[in-house]
Amino acid sequence: MTSFTGFAYLIASICFIMALRGLSHPESAQKGVNFGIAGMLLAVITTLMMPNVSSYFTIFCGIAAGGLIGGMIAKRIEMTALPELMAAFHSLVGLAAVFVASAAFLNPDAYGIANDGVVGAGSLLEMALGVAIGAITFTGSIIAWGKLQGKISGKPLTFKGQHALNAILGLAMLVMIILFCTTQAAFFFWAIIIIALMLGVLLIMPIGGADMPVIVSMLNSYSGWAAAGIGFTLQNNLLIVTGALVGASGAILSYIMCKGMNRSFFNVILGGFGGDTAAAAQDLGDRNAKIGSAEDAAFIMKSASKVIIVPGYGMAVAQAQHVLREMGDILKKEGVDVKYAIHPVAGRMPGHMNVLLAEANVPYDEVFEQEDINRDFSQADVAYVIGANDITNPAAKNDPSSPIYGMPVLDVENAKTVLFVKRSLGSGYAGIDNPLFYEDNTLMLLGDAKKMTEDILKALE
Amino acid sequence: MTDNAPLSEQLKSLADRAADLETISQLSSTGDPHGFFIMGLTVFVLACFVGYYVVWRVTPALHSPLMGVTNAISSVIIVGAVIAAGPLEGDITSKLFGFVAIVLASINIFGGFIITKRMLHMFKKKG
Repeated sequence: MTSFTGFAYLIASICFIMALRGLSHPESAQKGVNFGIAGMLLAVITTLMMPNVSSYFTIFCGIAAGGLIGGMIAKRIEMTALPELMAAFHSLVGLAAVFVASAAFLNPDAYGIANDGVVGAGSLLEMALGVAIGAITFTGSIIAWGKLQGKISGKPLTFKGQHALNAILGLAMLVMIILFCTTQAAFFFWAIIIIALMLGVLLIMPIGGADMPVIVSMLNSYSGWAAAGIGFTLQNNLLIVTGALVGASGAILSYIMCKGMNRSFFNVILGGFGGDTAAAAQDLGDRNAKIGSAEDAAFIMKSASKVIIVPGYGMAVAQAQHVLREMGDILKKEGVDVKYAIHPVAGRMPGHMNVLLAEANVPYDEVFEQEDINRDFSQADVAYVIGANDITNPAAKNDPSSPIYGMPVLDVENAKTVLFVKRSLGSGYAGIDNPLFYEDNTLMLLGDAKKMTEDILKALE
Repeated sequence: MTDNAPLSEQLKSLADRAADLETISQLSSTGDPHGFFIMGLTVFVLACFVGYYVVWRVTPALHSPLMGVTNAISSVIIVGAVIAAGPLEGDITSKLFGFVAIVLASINIFGGFIITKRMLHMFKKKG
């Protein structure tokens, strides 16, 4: 690498850091992304100018084809399908990493990491790690994508001896890596890839739909570590820096999501949550829930002075965000103070609800994070819970036998009235009964989130 | 004159050391893997710290766009793909792999940046 290339890569790295830095506020975010785009352009152009690179036509065709596909997908995708899209994108990073590492293995001289085709043990180790993480990211993300799309059951799939099988595969991988580093034989290289592909599937299969925010973040992190691994292999600082940034970002998001569910990361990884917990739920038996109509809800909200709306994944499924915003607008015209409360793990990926509300033109200064708004529920007249369940469950605070005990929840029960929009009185995805349904100040609005909000809207008008 | 003799000796030993330094730097720049590993590791660890502090400052409301951006920039792996696909001659499989990786990474780069722009475009202030 010449010093010119190194210098250009350094500037590109700084651009990427600026891109992340811009996201500290919605106003600076657009500028930040432009930095990111500039950094990427610089990185690609610099690489094209390297002396060994001369098949420009092929390269441009590849970029054009990829760009066209990526652009079309990104322009057309519904915002509710964002988590699936992210999972799909992560799988592509993983697969690209596998291909780059394989190319480096087949032709190490092109990257200047070999003497007459012989690669040092250190580089081989880096290559093995990069390709293994890439392959795990690839298949793991495909499974996550399938689960988010509903193509694969969101229920955790567990079987006997699962952890033992994973351990055996992990050990086998370790042996293959050691053999590969000592012999540089192609057989071991492909064996590493195949084992890693299998591990990716096996690691994500047992994880339930409720844990998807953690998994999407974790795969985000893996895609970064894979890029960093390739960076070590190719001795390329830009890849190392970017991989570390992305890896750290995904790790922090995973941590925030785990904290939002009061679960440890290993607990999530080991999987199985949400399958067998239903039996542990408290028997609430003969208590009756109050069922209300849209007209009742409209009347209560009209006479309220402060309403807090709590959206959850159900809102995304029903595509209710637009009609919800219209309802908020009418209430605001009536002089009602309307705010939105977002739980960290509401939805299927970090920040999912914020994007959906923004899509429906809800100004971001009306949307608050849990820690900023939780106290306000005690002064609110109405908490309108739409498509959320477990994140409002008071059992997390006062029932030590509950599987979600200790999870930070929104204190909706402190509002004068809780309006709870839900299809039925059934339990949420974690299979846990919600005692909130049977509280005296709760009015259940049974029906589809979108349909119910539309009816309330009509009643308000 | 008595002072000059040690001075010339000193100069000579200094020149020898400079020559040594040159050979060392040549060694490390011609791909000694261990030389790069320590430098790469340094860069890696420092970048992790930078990432840690920068990402904690990202507002939770923008966590989805953050994922979009990180997804796009992690596809900087395209750099490696371009080098693989670059040579006019050489191993055809390796070039083919490079080409596939270029396509995959490009999907991510364009897709990631465009979806992030779309998301951020929707975040508006009151009024």
